[in-house]
Amino acid sequence: MKALERVNPVTPILAAVLYSIPMLLTIDVVSAAVALAAWAIVFASVGIGPRTVVRRSWPLLVAAPLSAVSMLLYAEPAGRIHAQVWLAVISDRSIELALAIGLRVLAVGVPTLVALVGVDPTRLADGLAQVARLPHRFVLAALAGTRLFGVLGEDWRQISLARRARGLGDTGVVRRSLQAAFALLVVALRRGGTLATAMEARGFGGPERTWARPSTLGWRDAVLVLLVALVAATALGVSLAAGSFSPVWEGA
Amino acid sequence: MAGLDLDVEPGERVLLLGPSGAGKSTLLSALAGVLGGDEEGEETGELLVDGAHPASRRGLAGLVLQDPQANTIMSRVGDDVAFGCENLAVPRDEIWPRVLDALGAVGLDVDLDRSTAALSGGQRQRLALAGVIAMRPGLILLDEPTANLDPVGVAEVRDAVARVAADTGATLVVVEHRVDTWIPVVDRVVVLEPGAGVAVDGSPHAVLEVHAEPLAVGGVWVPGIPVEVDRARRAAGPALLVAETLRSGRAGEAVHEPVDVEVRAGEALVVTGPNGAGKSTLALTLAGLLPPVAGAVRATTALRGGAAAEAPIRWRPKQLATRIGTVFQQPEHQFVAARVRDEVAAGLRALGRSDAAVSERVDALLAALRLAHLADVNPFTLSGGEQRRLSVATVLAPAPRVMVLDEPTFGQDRRTWQELVRLIASLVDDDGCAVVAVTHDADVERVLGDRVLRLGAA
Repeated sequence: MKALERVNPVTPILAAVLYSIPMLLTIDVVSAAVALAAWAIVFASVGIGPRTVVRRSWPLLVAAPLSAVSMLLYAEPAGRIHAQVWLAVISDRSIELALAIGLRVLAVGVPTLVALVGVDPTRLADGLAQVARLPHRFVLAALAGTRLFGVLGEDWRQISLARRARGLGDTGVVRRSLQAAFALLVVALRRGGTLATAMEARGFGGPERTWARPSTLGWRDAVLVLLVALVAATALGVSLAAGSFSPVWEGA
Repeated sequence: MAGLDLDVEPGERVLLLGPSGAGKSTLLSALAGVLGGDEEGEETGELLVDGAHPASRRGLAGLVLQDPQANTIMSRVGDDVAFGCENLAVPRDEIWPRVLDALGAVGLDVDLDRSTAALSGGQRQRLALAGVIAMRPGLILLDEPTANLDPVGVAEVRDAVARVAADTGATLVVVEHRVDTWIPVVDRVVVLEPGAGVAVDGSPHAVLEVHAEPLAVGGVWVPGIPVEVDRARRAAGPALLVAETLRSGRAGEAVHEPVDVEVRAGEALVVTGPNGAGKSTLALTLAGLLPPVAGAVRATTALRGGAAAEAPIRWRPKQLATRIGTVFQQPEHQFVAARVRDEVAAGLRALGRSDAAVSERVDALLAALRLAHLADVNPFTLSGGEQRRLSVATVLAPAPRVMVLDEPTFGQDRRTWQELVRLIASLVDDDGCAVVAVTHDADVERVLGDRVLRLGAA
C-alpha cells in the first residue's frame, strides 16, 4: 500500500497502458495465468492484502465470470460439441476461449484497478498538471468538481425529502427519480457556477501559476514501470515458449 | 445598480448597506473582477481598483461569499488556503509560510491535512478568509460572510476579520444586514439606493444617529431598534404530534438524547441549541421525513383523521403534505417548477384538486406573500427573501395543520424577517396551526417560543 502511495499517480496510468497493450495481443490461458500469478507474488511482497485487492477490483470479479460464460455459450463452435441449446453451443473451442477471456479480464483489469482506484484526486491532479503537463485550468477545474460530488450527495438526500414533504412522491419510481435528478442537476449547475466565481475570486485562470505541492518522478516510478514491463514480458515469453501464444489478429 | 459614485481610500473599512436589490453584491463582484462578461449584463461608467479595471488585476482584491459551502475549493485545509497563492504564481517556498500565517490570523487551528468537508460553517468562512489574506490583497471584500452562521460562528468570523484588518491594514468592504455585528470593525457606512447610487455616506455613528429609522424600515438590522411582532396567543389546542423518548439521526446513529415533546394546535414550539445538536434532524423526524432511531413519533387522531398509520414516516407523500408541511433550510432544494405560480400549484395538482380550486388557492397565497408580481418568474432567479417566502407558500398550499420550519429567518433582512415571523405567528394564532421552528435566532425564540425545546450536543 505504502509503496503505491509513494509513486507519482501518473505513473500507474502510464504503466497500465504499457502493460495492457501487449497483454491484449494474445488470447490464451497461459499468459493470463502467468501474469495473475506474478501479480499475486508482487502484491504479497509489497503488502497489498487480498481484502484491498477485492475491494478495489470487485467489479471485475463480477465482469470476468460473465464474459467467460457468454464466451462459453456463444463463441464460434469448434472441436467436440458438448452441449447445445438453441443458439448456445458449448464446444472444446468455447471452453478454451471462456477460460482465456475470463482470466485475461482479470489479468489486465485487477492490477490496473488496484493501482488506480483510491488515488487521491489532489495528488493525481498535481501529477497530471506538473508531470504529464496537461493544461492546469482543465485539471484544477476537474479537481474542484470532484469535491462537489460529496456535496451533491447531501443535496440529493435533501431533494428527496423535500419532494416527499411536498406530496410529490406518489408517482412511479422512474418518473420520481427523473424529476429528482433534474432538480439535482439544477442545484449542481448553480453550485458549479458559484464554485467558478469563488475560484476566479482567488485569482484562478491566469497564464502562469506555481504549485504548492511538488509532484515529481523518482526511482520508485522507474521501478513500477520496469516491474510492469517484466510481468508482461514474462507472461508473453512463457506463453510463446509453451506454444500457446494465440494472437488476436489470427482470428478466433 | 446605476449611477453610483463612490471613492474608497486605502485602509478604509466600509460597511455597505441597502435594501434588497440595491446592488450591494453586484458592486462587490465588480470590485472583485468576477462580474462576468458582456453576455451577462451591461456595464456603464468606470470602476477602478488601484487605478485599473479589477478584472485586469487578479489578486488585488479578495472576495468571501455568503454561502460557506461555495467558498471551499479544495479538499484539504492547507491546499485550499494555498490555492490563491498558486494562482498568483507565488514561489513554493513562500506559499506554505503564508498559509500558516493566514490560518493563524483567522484563528483556525486545524491540521493542514484536515478535510474541508469536516468543517463547521464558521470554520469554513474563516478558511475562506485565510485563503483570501494569504494572497495579500489590498482590498478584502466580504459578501454577507456571517448571514448563514449561528451566533458562535458569527462572532468567530467577525473577530477574525477585525484582527486581519488591524494586522494587514487592508481596505475592507463588507455587505451585511446585521449592523451591530460590524459596527466595531468598520469606520464608514455607505447606504445604497436601488438604481440611484449612494443614498447616505458617513461615519457609523453619524449614519446610525440620523438614519436609523429609515434604514430599519428598509430592512437593515439597526442596533437599538428591536423587532416586534404582536401575538394574539390563544389557549393551546389538542396535541397533534407526540414524540416519546425520541432519538433522531441518520443511518441509525442518534444525534441527540431522548426527547419527549408534544406538538399542539395553536402553539409554536421553538427548537434551539448549538450547532450539531441535532435540531434539524429532530425536526425532519417530527415531520415524518426521517425514521426515528429510537422511540416514536405518533400522530394523534386529531391530525391523522382518515390516515391509517400512527407514525407519520409511514404515510404516503400526499397524506403527509396535507397534514405536516416542512420548510427546508435551503429553499432551492424544494423547488420543482420553472415558474413561481406552478411551484405553488405543484403540490395541489398532485393532490388532484380541480383547476379552479388550484388557481384560487395559488392566487390567494401569492397575494398574501407578496409574490403576485413574480408569478411568471423562475423560482431560482428570486432573491433569498423571495425564495424563502415562496417555499413557505408552497408548503402552505395544501393547508397542513402542522408546519415545521428549519431556520426560517436565516440570512434574512429585517423586513423579510418581520413578514415571515408575522406570517408564522398568524398561522398559530389565527388559524390554530401547530408550528415547530428550528432556530438560532434569539428574536424568533422570544416572539414564537410558546414552548422552547433546547437540545444539547449528544
